[in-house]
Amino acid sequence: MKWDWSVFFEVIPLIFKGLWITLGLTIACYLFAMIFGFFWVFMARIPSKTVRWIFRWIAEFIRSTPPLVQLFFIFYAWPMVPVVGVSLNPFAAAILGLGLHFSTYLSEVYRSGIESVDKGQWEASTALNLSSKQKWLKIILPQAIPPTIPMLGNYLIIMFKEVPLASTIGVVAMLHIANDYGAQYWKYVEPLTVVALFFLLLSYPSALLINKLEKKYNRRFDKKSVSTL
Amino acid sequence: MGESIVHYSNIFKTFGEVDVLKGIDLEVKPAEKVALIGPSGSGKTTIIRMLMTLEQPTSGTILVNGENLWQMEKKGQLVMADEHHLRSIRGDIGMVFQHFNLFPHMTILENCMLAPTIVKKEDKTEVEQQAVEMLEKVGLGDKIDLYPSQLSGGQKQRVAMARALMMKPKVMLFDEVTSALDPELVGEVLEVIRDLAKEGEMAMILVTHEMDFALDIADRILFLNDGVIEEEGSPEEILMNPKSERLQDFLARFNNR
Repeated sequence: MKWDWSVFFEVIPLIFKGLWITLGLTIACYLFAMIFGFFWVFMARIPSKTVRWIFRWIAEFIRSTPPLVQLFFIFYAWPMVPVVGVSLNPFAAAILGLGLHFSTYLSEVYRSGIESVDKGQWEASTALNLSSKQKWLKIILPQAIPPTIPMLGNYLIIMFKEVPLASTIGVVAMLHIANDYGAQYWKYVEPLTVVALFFLLLSYPSALLINKLEKKYNRRFDKKSVSTL
Repeated sequence: MGESIVHYSNIFKTFGEVDVLKGIDLEVKPAEKVALIGPSGSGKTTIIRMLMTLEQPTSGTILVNGENLWQMEKKGQLVMADEHHLRSIRGDIGMVFQHFNLFPHMTILENCMLAPTIVKKEDKTEVEQQAVEMLEKVGLGDKIDLYPSQLSGGQKQRVAMARALMMKPKVMLFDEVTSALDPELVGEVLEVIRDLAKEGEMAMILVTHEMDFALDIADRILFLNDGVIEEEGSPEEILMNPKSERLQDFLARFNNR
């Protein structure tokens, strides 16, 4: 084959349109994962041991099976399940599938953040008679979340790179457009190169930004002083 | 009984297989200063932590101002207190911790202002004024905008006291508040407690290893050993004239250090 620059420049605007879908899907999936991540954390703190155990294994199951299988299940299999079966459009199925999968990762990030807060912080809040809501909102989460921001950012980038999985169930984003173009004109190299370039252009600066954030928060939460707070 | 502000009766506490407290009876009068001494593991800290509701007694009752702290009446039956009940009583009690437990994400002024503004819903400008005065009183008037990580251990502990005092408790608990400090910083913290003790109106229960200090400010000293109050009396009786052999041993070991 021969590299064709005219094809390269022709597909850039086409794929650029798909970029917005990819970004939108990434953000939607991530928001879903962030909110649902708290659900797992909450379930892990319920007093009933049985309930905790059940939800821990559901989360473990979701975490340990491939997201592609989950996408296929939600999109193709779920509508066939009697009574609870629902047929979703590709976009919604992708948000649910990828969002749910990543929520189990994010819940681990939240958990590590919450556990990193010293037990004394809970006790001091109790001694000052704060309500449980006030403890969480004013004392625990403000300390638990900032150190996890780099990890949350890393998962955002990982998710951004997993979003093309959605093209397998028909979400028309960058990869899907490139693939269609390839099928139509028998030119795959240029469009797929453009897709890769777009991913690189977004992921790499984001990774640098996260690196910067990480340094910033490490400075703010001076490790030496934490033990004697 | 009506005049004691805190009344423990027949308190037992078990952690797993270990009996930490084996029948504690203790009354504290308003404005009384009580020091708890004893070897480590004798249960001193557990006694005050139960009053702060950080630990639940296995059995027995604790009354605060005549109200049952850990139990409440529901449909004519005594049941375990819920958070709402605990909160309604806990406001009279304050605590200073061994490891300060200041909120690292807030300045020391914010540390002092938080609870009065969000728990008691007091007016913010008034609270700020009180907090500044309180921090001046503990000698930190020039540090109000600093974060805890910028302070020495002694300064942190003085902030912790100011923060607890802002809630105007009737009983203040001190849990080995000088144990985590470098020796040269102990004095400044004890000085603040001594001033508080002189002011008088607040009851204090102090878990301490500073015998001279206990002798100086306590009205009464309790010697705890192996989960029971082995001996109690005035500071002079306990420290100068110990009766039980265990207390004699304990003090001898202390003086030899």
